[in-house]
Amino acid sequence: MVSEATNTRKKSVLWDWLTTVDHKKIAILYLIAGTLFFVKAGLMAVLFRIQLIAPEMEFISGQTFNELVTMHGTIMLFLAATPLIFAFANFAIPLQIGARDVAFPFVNALGFWLFLSGGILLSISWFFGGAPDAGWTSYVPLASREFGGLGIDFYVLGLQISGFGTLISGINFIVTIINMRAPGMTMMRLPLFCWTMLVTSMLIVFAFTPLAAGLALLMLDRIFDAQFFIPGEGGNVVLWQHIFWIFGHPEVYILVMPAFGIISEVVPAFSKKRLFGYTSMVFAVLIIGFLSFMVWLHHMFTVGVGPIANSVFAIATMTIAVPTGIKIFNWLFTMWGGKIKFTTAMHFGASFVPTFVLGGVTGVMLAMAPVDHLYHDTYFVVAHFHYIIVGGIVLGLLAGLFYWYPKMFGHKLNETLGIIFFWIFYIGFHLTFFVQHILGLIGMPRRVYTYLEGQGMDTMNFISSVGAFLMSVAIIILVINIIYSALKAERITEKDPWDARTLEWATSTPVAEYNFAQTPQVRSLDPVFYEKIHGNGEMKPAEPLDEIHMPNGSILPFIMGVGMFIAGFGFISFHMDLFISPYVIIAIGGITFFGAMAARSLQNDHGYHIDKETVESMEKELS
Amino acid sequence: MADSVDVNKGLPANPEKATLDGKNKFLGMFVFLAGETTMFATFFGTYLGLRSGTGSGPEAADLFQLPLVFIMTMLLLTSSLTSVLATFAMKKNQFAKLKLWMWITFLLGATFLGLEIYEFVEYYEHGLGYTTSAFASSFYTLVGLHGAHVLFGLAWILLLLLRNRKAGITLTNAPKFYAFSLYWHFIDLVWVFIFTVVYLMGIGG
Repeated sequence: MVSEATNTRKKSVLWDWLTTVDHKKIAILYLIAGTLFFVKAGLMAVLFRIQLIAPEMEFISGQTFNELVTMHGTIMLFLAATPLIFAFANFAIPLQIGARDVAFPFVNALGFWLFLSGGILLSISWFFGGAPDAGWTSYVPLASREFGGLGIDFYVLGLQISGFGTLISGINFIVTIINMRAPGMTMMRLPLFCWTMLVTSMLIVFAFTPLAAGLALLMLDRIFDAQFFIPGEGGNVVLWQHIFWIFGHPEVYILVMPAFGIISEVVPAFSKKRLFGYTSMVFAVLIIGFLSFMVWLHHMFTVGVGPIANSVFAIATMTIAVPTGIKIFNWLFTMWGGKIKFTTAMHFGASFVPTFVLGGVTGVMLAMAPVDHLYHDTYFVVAHFHYIIVGGIVLGLLAGLFYWYPKMFGHKLNETLGIIFFWIFYIGFHLTFFVQHILGLIGMPRRVYTYLEGQGMDTMNFISSVGAFLMSVAIIILVINIIYSALKAERITEKDPWDARTLEWATSTPVAEYNFAQTPQVRSLDPVFYEKIHGNGEMKPAEPLDEIHMPNGSILPFIMGVGMFIAGFGFISFHMDLFISPYVIIAIGGITFFGAMAARSLQNDHGYHIDKETVESMEKELS
Repeated sequence: MADSVDVNKGLPANPEKATLDGKNKFLGMFVFLAGETTMFATFFGTYLGLRSGTGSGPEAADLFQLPLVFIMTMLLLTSSLTSVLATFAMKKNQFAKLKLWMWITFLLGATFLGLEIYEFVEYYEHGLGYTTSAFASSFYTLVGLHGAHVLFGLAWILLLLLRNRKAGITLTNAPKFYAFSLYWHFIDLVWVFIFTVVYLMGIGG
């Protein structure tokens, strides 16, 4: 855990974590919250894989199955993958660009607490008559008041609140990356992870706002009897699909681009080579980001928008394979001829490449509009996006976890356990999802809670379930690894345990709360590596050692999160029989939220300074 | 560091962007407005898709009165102008003028909001309830969301003015006034689109 020597102000532990605006601590909060949601959604998957292990099982009911798949998808995308990405982004971006913090530390904390309150609001649906059950896409009319239960109100409000947190964090990252770079850190010297996070944040700004609008429409329909998606009085059900996928397709790229970025950090670090084709990587990221908004209709080929629209979107979709292919080859060429060191992180980094290619190939298959009518809503689609999400995003995140862990926590994760974890997870993943391609091709529909015997689906479903069990065994090994390493692993005090290349490895371990005592002067791409070869191995300072300005911690982000939670619950309670009027609950929540907002804007908070002597003594202690 | 600006010889020419904090607020506000643009675009798209879906309720042409909307448009456009005059005053370090123009902006915005509420009440009495038809829902949601933005902007500038009533122009509050004026321009711009897409097309198109 972060050592005492890195803090100048003494506070009780709980108060410190509730009020922190330090990007490194917020990163750890995101990491813990994201991991808990990940494990929860993973357990849901195990439950419905047990239901599907044999034909006509009666382990869980069809209703529970629907709730489990809906929550599995929703949690994995919004409450597990997104925060885990934000954990690494929060931790690495300021360190990689040589900044003392993000641009808006207060907003950063607010983003976390809003995400968490939205996530908890969604999760308590189980205690109020059942979770959302209309799939993570919540298509109307299935999700409208007439057919969808109370759970969908939790879906709408929970995602609205957590999405707002995601949006403001995205704005924060953009401003940080553009404005807060150290001297010499030009845009074309930015580490690729920062580039991918910059593009991801832009996608968040342009994709989460349509989602917010769409969720608001669905909420108004469901709670205030508006007519957007009700055909009787002029509404239109297809409208929801358009809005959802205008958000939903970029969302996939929001998640996978940071994984690209992590891989682009891990692969050069453990190949001992600079990233092949850095410039083409940057442009590929930009092009993918742009194209991701041009392809949403490929989720709706079977809706009947017409052959012209289908063709245009099919071709646009296939175009994405070009920049992605560039990236794949660049990773391969980075490894080519490198001195590869197969650490756990590199296992994940290297296996990411072929696995992601498999997901990409099925993606191009799905992009062919005429044949898509065959695959649509079958397990082929399920297999495809799990190859992207698990084989791409999760492998990337795990690579990042093992890579940045020593910087975050001051000790490495155990490598032997790590490699065992990798193999079990990797084999389990392919067992689970590879056969699902074939299941889909022979006609097994997704989101159906059981199947009949003797249709050639029994064995493959059995294999798939066994694979899911293997993956959960692997996650248990990861948890054991984390606990074992926290207790037994050797503490690391050196700055650069992996002999890596980017600026975060120039900070002391553990990282001081001000990150860099003196802002570093960046002289090249891969600045730390450059100084190791051409300098004395230390970054040259860009400013004299002086007092350091720091932002004050604040409890207001937490209070605003609580306020949003209460207000969100108030909106849901319109269709609950509570002893208290929903208007009262909304008023309490709203006053809490806007009151804290006004309090923030009325207080004069200029932060504080760490004086020069304290900085000097901390630097001595840490080195 | 960019945080420390020498103000002995008076404020720099662009006090809103003189500090790193100010630059961050400036860029952050633009990015935020980019997001707002897509959100409003979604509501505009929804309105355009559903505006003929009037069901059994009244249609746009039966309700909209151009004179009222014209007055509202003029009020909001003028308030945008006064907020520009306020930021000009800010750059010349004329605090009294800044306050005066911002108060005028506030009053114009508040009058606009009052007329919008009157307008909604009027339509409601002519049988256009929120749940009457898809047209009604999408109209009230789009225009009401704009109204909510105006309300938020009014609360924002009110807090800024009250809090800084004696502060003078500083490097801390200049970016805040500037961020507000960016927001206010955006609100104004959205109204121009609402005027065109909702009202003119509703009557003529």
